Amino acid sequence: MTTIAANPADHHDHAHDADHKPGFFARWFMSTNHKDIGTLYLIFAILAGVIGGGISGLMRLELAEPGIQYLTGWASMMAGKEASLDEAYHMWNVLITAHGLIMVFFMVMPAIIGGFGNWFVPLMIGAPDMAFPRMNNISFWLTAVAFIMLLGSTFVPGGTGLGAGTGWTVYAPLSTSGSVGPAVDMAIFSLHLAGAASILGAVNFITTIFNMRAPGMTIHKMPLFVWSVLVTAFLLLLALPVLAAAITMLLVDRNFGGAFFDAAAGGDPILYQHLFWFFGHPEVYIMILPGFGIVSQIVATFSRKPVFGYLGMAYAMVAIGVVGFVVWAHHMYTIGMSVEMKMYFTAATMVIAVPTGIKIFSWIATMWGGSLSFKTPMVWALGFIFMFTVGGVTGVVLANGGVDDNLHDTYYVVAHFHYVLSLGAVFALFAGFYYWFGKMSGRMLNEFLGHLHFWIFFIGVNVLFFPMHFLGQQGMPRRYPDYPDAFAHWNEIASWGYAIMGVGVIIFFINVFWSLVAGRKAEGNYWGEGATTLEWTLSSPPPFHQFETLPVIK
Amino acid sequence: MNIMKKFVLACGLMMLPAMVSAQAANPAPAPAAAEAKAVPAPVQAAPAAATDAGNEAAAPSAAPSMDGSLPGYTPMKPDYENHVGMPKDRGVDFQEQFSPNGHYAKWMNNSILLPIITIISLFVLGLLLWVIVRYRRAANPEPSKTTHNTFIEVVWTLVPVLILLGIAYPSLTLVAKQFKPAPADAVTVKVTGYQWYWGYTYPDHGGFEVVSNMLQEQSAVKPGERYRTDDDGPRLLAVDNRMVVPAGVPIRIQTTAADVIHSFAVPALWFKLDAVPGRLNEKAVTIEKPGVYFGQCSELCGARHAYMPIVVEALPPAQFAAWVKAKGGSMPGEKPAEAAPAAAPAAPAATETAPAAAPAPAAK
Repeated sequence: MTTIAANPADHHDHAHDADHKPGFFARWFMSTNHKDIGTLYLIFAILAGVIGGGISGLMRLELAEPGIQYLTGWASMMAGKEASLDEAYHMWNVLITAHGLIMVFFMVMPAIIGGFGNWFVPLMIGAPDMAFPRMNNISFWLTAVAFIMLLGSTFVPGGTGLGAGTGWTVYAPLSTSGSVGPAVDMAIFSLHLAGAASILGAVNFITTIFNMRAPGMTIHKMPLFVWSVLVTAFLLLLALPVLAAAITMLLVDRNFGGAFFDAAAGGDPILYQHLFWFFGHPEVYIMILPGFGIVSQIVATFSRKPVFGYLGMAYAMVAIGVVGFVVWAHHMYTIGMSVEMKMYFTAATMVIAVPTGIKIFSWIATMWGGSLSFKTPMVWALGFIFMFTVGGVTGVVLANGGVDDNLHDTYYVVAHFHYVLSLGAVFALFAGFYYWFGKMSGRMLNEFLGHLHFWIFFIGVNVLFFPMHFLGQQGMPRRYPDYPDAFAHWNEIASWGYAIMGVGVIIFFINVFWSLVAGRKAEGNYWGEGATTLEWTLSSPPPFHQFETLPVIK
Repeated sequence: MNIMKKFVLACGLMMLPAMVSAQAANPAPAPAAAEAKAVPAPVQAAPAAATDAGNEAAAPSAAPSMDGSLPGYTPMKPDYENHVGMPKDRGVDFQEQFSPNGHYAKWMNNSILLPIITIISLFVLGLLLWVIVRYRRAANPEPSKTTHNTFIEVVWTLVPVLILLGIAYPSLTLVAKQFKPAPADAVTVKVTGYQWYWGYTYPDHGGFEVVSNMLQEQSAVKPGERYRTDDDGPRLLAVDNRMVVPAGVPIRIQTTAADVIHSFAVPALWFKLDAVPGRLNEKAVTIEKPGVYFGQCSELCGARHAYMPIVVEALPPAQFAAWVKAKGGSMPGEKPAEAAPAAAPAAPAATETAPAAAPAPAAK
């Protein structure tokens, strides 16, 4: 890890130049400053998170009891006329599709890579900005346009009703011959734009990390968050073009008489699934790896101890990234694959548990012998470690192709990926937010409200997602707006869990707004001696342009 | 990195025996044989299918039963008391299993996977609680500077590898069992997914197709139309015409789809196989006991994805033969027109592939 010499720039007063900010429009709409773009990404992700999370609220409301209670009303509201039962069912599929796409592409990714990545990769490596500031700008605005495109798709016909109801996986032929109307085309264009934005962002991060590290900061001295973003950027760069190709083929099939996935014309619907999951599995690591990085920084800071097994931690992420590319078909165990494939993907998938275990144990070893203080970010990081473990071990269950024959596409899978994402990635996001909010805004968040937020959210998401394991084992399929009455009990409890979680989120927003207005002013290094990375050598917030003279790492 | 490599190798080695056995047990491409068997039948198939469809549509004429019964066949009542083939209110575990592979798989989860993942989770939780208490700032104001310990790092790499190897053996055995093809004389049912209902074709039994739609609640149908009763099954799970199969004998289930991808799933049989347009998937299952087993479509297939349930009714072979006859089909080996009494052993006559194809002798 890094030890830092005093920043020589502090002594020379370049503040006038460093803090010369452009006017409002130029600053926020034509921004080339990594910190401003990071802020834009974070605001965007919070907005998208409120929409995507609100949609899951609608879903939990409908699922709270058996029968269709609200869907017909919502579908009628969207259509502006009395909706049929089929249109109501289609509305359900639109909700699950929108929730998935928004949370993956417009909440987690923009927040964790666009937001924290943009803000803190240059700061942590001692760089003045990203390598390609203008490309950084277009990455953000492409994402914003993509989001508008996706939201717009819900107002145009998509087959049975308004909007794209294909699921976030957009499987053919449901997404080709099965969904007439422009909605699915718009959703696909939205993914194209978001994908292009992410590829540009990945190029930017890789270039920045390889070329703009401060003197003395070798690859093996980079903070683990930078490592995690580097690995993530490579995953993005290699995985997203495959998604782009797959969904372009969907467009060709839909609009130009193509037959890539049309069995009647010699195509194969399963080909789409292979292409999608070749992207889709690395995508789940794209969402979680930066979270690993954030948690590593936080655990080290609040233990006042360097990360245990730094090289092992870094290369465990590389290993997860590499192996993550050769396990995709475990999402497709029931397609009717050959026995050899099923055995290979079972064995390969289980291998990922090893580097993941190394990370979990290394975090605990970092705390072992440390001097722990339980500030809000640390509490979230601890919650992350445990919840990610729970989500990880159910992943080992699902890795078994034979066992998955029962669990595939049931609520067990929903429980699993919400434990690693909603309780994994999202906990890491909140941990990072509480860790760096003072650095970004110059104001401290309230510790009491932060802890309150944690506990309520923690209880809420567990009440929400844990019963889903039971539902899945009992056989409840995913993506159902209604269910046999035997599933009612756990569904009702899950919906109560959502309500508890919602209270936690409200406390979070109260905390943010209260702190922005009346929060204590943040010092440069408000976490004290445990915080050793370069961003803590700067003021809070950092000057508009930092490191005009590069820091030197011993 | 070396460790990773070794583990991959070890996994590969573990796989070998299971793979070889699966290969050995796979002498002929079964789907082709099944397709060939279906060929002689179409003469019979068309009228049979037509009859079936007729029953569906022409409600007034033949006064079809309101409970789905046919001459010589009355649908079996679901076993609500023991929750056979259906979810249980507040249930947390897997449904009770009724196939050999299902028993193995449920055992594997409940006796191997579940204990292991519970212990690991509690172990991590315990370590976290320990460091939280022992190394809180008040208890340990001076942090140590330890950042490496090769021994412990090797341990926490190798122990998970060993645990995974322990899981891999039964896991791959399970996969091998599931891929064991059905014997040549197994009863074949070709399942076709449609938006939004299922079709069950019996190529060995005259090729008739059973069209299976979800039964609506009484409040949702016009007066005089058939609606769901508890004898049909739970709400959202009951269908008008069930997929009827013999119990105790191997069944070859083939799946395909006519429009988009569906998935044929029956939790109590540990069975899930996608129905993909342009593909014919196949998987064998033996249902141990007569009973009614419910399932639901498990691949998003459009608006009424949640409304195309699956009901498998397993009957004693003799009753299955009676049902086939009632459907206008024939048992393999019989002349299609004159259906012999089902219990009598069928002549191992001129039928192509299956020498002793009638389920009755197979069940002895």
